[in-house]
Amino acid sequence: MTDVLIIGSGGAGLTAALFAQEAGASVTVVGKTYPTNSQTSMAQGGINAALSNAGEDHVSSHIADTIKSARGLCDEDSVRHMCADGPQTITWLESIGVPFSRLDNGKSATGSVAQRQMGGASAKRACYAQDYTGLKILHTLYDTCLKQNIHFLDEYYLLNLIIQEDTVKGATFLELRTGEVKQINAKSVIMATGGYGSLYHGYTTNAYGSTGDGVAAVLRAGGAVSDMEFIQFHPTALKGSSILISESARGEGGYLVNSDGERFIDELKPRDEVARAIFAQLQEDQEVFLDIRHLGEEKLMELLPQEVELCKLHEHVDPSKDLIPIKPVAHYTMGGIDVDYALEVNGIKGCFAVGECSNAKVHGANRLGGNSLLEITAFGKIVGENAYKHAVYASNKKADDTQLERDKKHIINIYAQENSFNFYENREALGKLFYENVGIVRNNPSLTQALDNVISMQVNLAKMGINDKSTSNNTNLTDFLEFSNALLLAPTIISSALARDESRGAHYKEGFEAMDDENFKKHIVLQWTKEMMS
Amino acid sequence: MKITILRSSDNTHQEYTLPQGEMTLLKALTSIKATQDATLTFTAGCRASVCGTCAVRVNGKEELSCAYKVKDGDVVEPLLYHPVLRDLKVDKNKAKETLVQSTAWLQKGQEASLTHQDEKLSETQTDCILCDSCYSACPVYAVNPDFLGPFALTRAYRYSSDKRESDAKTIIDNIQTNGVWDCTLCGECTLACPKGIDPKMDITMLRGTSLQFGYEDPTFSQQSFGTPDFGGGFGFDPNGGF
Repeated sequence: MTDVLIIGSGGAGLTAALFAQEAGASVTVVGKTYPTNSQTSMAQGGINAALSNAGEDHVSSHIADTIKSARGLCDEDSVRHMCADGPQTITWLESIGVPFSRLDNGKSATGSVAQRQMGGASAKRACYAQDYTGLKILHTLYDTCLKQNIHFLDEYYLLNLIIQEDTVKGATFLELRTGEVKQINAKSVIMATGGYGSLYHGYTTNAYGSTGDGVAAVLRAGGAVSDMEFIQFHPTALKGSSILISESARGEGGYLVNSDGERFIDELKPRDEVARAIFAQLQEDQEVFLDIRHLGEEKLMELLPQEVELCKLHEHVDPSKDLIPIKPVAHYTMGGIDVDYALEVNGIKGCFAVGECSNAKVHGANRLGGNSLLEITAFGKIVGENAYKHAVYASNKKADDTQLERDKKHIINIYAQENSFNFYENREALGKLFYENVGIVRNNPSLTQALDNVISMQVNLAKMGINDKSTSNNTNLTDFLEFSNALLLAPTIISSALARDESRGAHYKEGFEAMDDENFKKHIVLQWTKEMMS
Repeated sequence: MKITILRSSDNTHQEYTLPQGEMTLLKALTSIKATQDATLTFTAGCRASVCGTCAVRVNGKEELSCAYKVKDGDVVEPLLYHPVLRDLKVDKNKAKETLVQSTAWLQKGQEASLTHQDEKLSETQTDCILCDSCYSACPVYAVNPDFLGPFALTRAYRYSSDKRESDAKTIIDNIQTNGVWDCTLCGECTLACPKGIDPKMDITMLRGTSLQFGYEDPTFSQQSFGTPDFGGGFGFDPNGGF
């Protein structure tokens, strides 16, 4: 029995693993792919910490900016904790060898780490590594995990948490290579499974795998989820492919212009405001472009080399000479697994959550660029230590195989299920439905329509089977399981959005354009009843 | 437009028809799986050349599916030197072991003053996404399956040359066997890398550092001092180590 089972091997999971093991725990990290394949690799712009390397800054300003952007929905103590931990988190990343971009200021250690402007920030606060910040942090974490001999199980797909007396006892997995359903017993479990942005299939910057598997598993196991309606739309994704162009492009001085060549918004406002301004232009049949030509080729290659490549490859534009056609798409899910100060899941003892899958209430209604990489590393440390503390006193009595047998049966049933509706078509339809009806600007009739469509899709799920009957390496099956999880979460997002008759941060509703603190300065928390779980 | 894909079930190339027009190979594979053949097996993640999941070979050359534009007649096959799990999906665990064997991490950190110039020294090397393209392109694996290989050696170089590393010798010690001297410097890895990394150059640099730490080119010393054969082996041998 492992002390701490970590589900998800992105930046949050790897950080948690390192600190849990350092505290004294035996650790197993389980992922549905390989550790460096995660969404963390896609974080481009930076990681926030008030270091004052590029002009005056203070932790208090970082806190104030984060609270302001959260529009009253964050927990201010959690925000203070995260922001105050910023500088020491960068010190730790420096100590394991993260290759940050550097300033020529003659300073040592983190004193020379380069910092750039991001939207909604009152100072140049985002530490970066060109526009590959997430990639380079993730790979350095991985190298450090190899150094510390962290135990990995690759290609294990999470099925369900095992719960006895409201306490987590482990989890069941589909081992993708063999097709076997397996049980892993653990004293503590950390969910680090990523967000659910891929529900917006075709209209998201996210990787295919960000289907909210962990959030759905917590819901099925009786845990709480919250703030599910708060989905961040990134203002600048490539028009044709939804591939992300980092906010740092605007932080470095890029403009947004419409077909008439006019600027229409302060580009450095928080993402929710910029995304809505772009959306309004698109509604008026304007095209919208990111213009970074004036930065010049040399500076672009220095600061944004990845963006230049992606623009050339996917849109056939050279950012040093051409305008970049863009649109806002789903990018980050602020809501997720509801956790307390210790990052323990509300409703499941011994189960913790960290990173995008969790709602630690640091982002509130709108996340600031550069705060998610900080969250996964700063809170990854805390969650690793807390999960170990829980493991010390947890019972080492293993769970029986009730859940395992139930999940084996479930998988067998999927193979036997009739297949009269193609779930891949439904995956496309769900993404489009969400982008149009549960998108940047919402209204109650469209949300109600979306809920109807989702419910009929859920009814039809029993008639969406798989064509591939192979037991081993069956990606048709995992695609189906991922789609099922996304579909399970869909109503939680819509019903929360319906209930919130106001506009706040990323949630903007026609007819209710103002913020209504009296009725809605609160989190919408959802939990399944015992009847729903059986 | 037609492309063929190597299927593992019967080890034959299967032909698929795609609509005309520009599309990435990943988009083609996704569309085939969704509408034509759900059994076609491949892996993918970010669609943006950064997660390292989707490398395959197209017409014998390593490509990221998400960055390659499909052409009529393309032949798509899995990476070489990796056990094929199914179709284009391969087992990367053995390849990743090379990172452990070469101890490609910061051994013993120390505080340092890093400059913009220092950043540039490892900027490209740290763009590595572990897609395994270079491993697949490396012909050394045909004769030595235990070779540490391009991506692990590039990573070893990146840490050994970091000013924050106070114990570069440990890394250098660990890349002598099946390591820097087993490379033929053919440059196939450099051609294959989708991120523009030059492992051949990194390996050459590591050879230089190895010499500084007192190591010798074993192929050279074997020939030089193995037998007193002054006629052939001693002296400059163009194929000796470089």
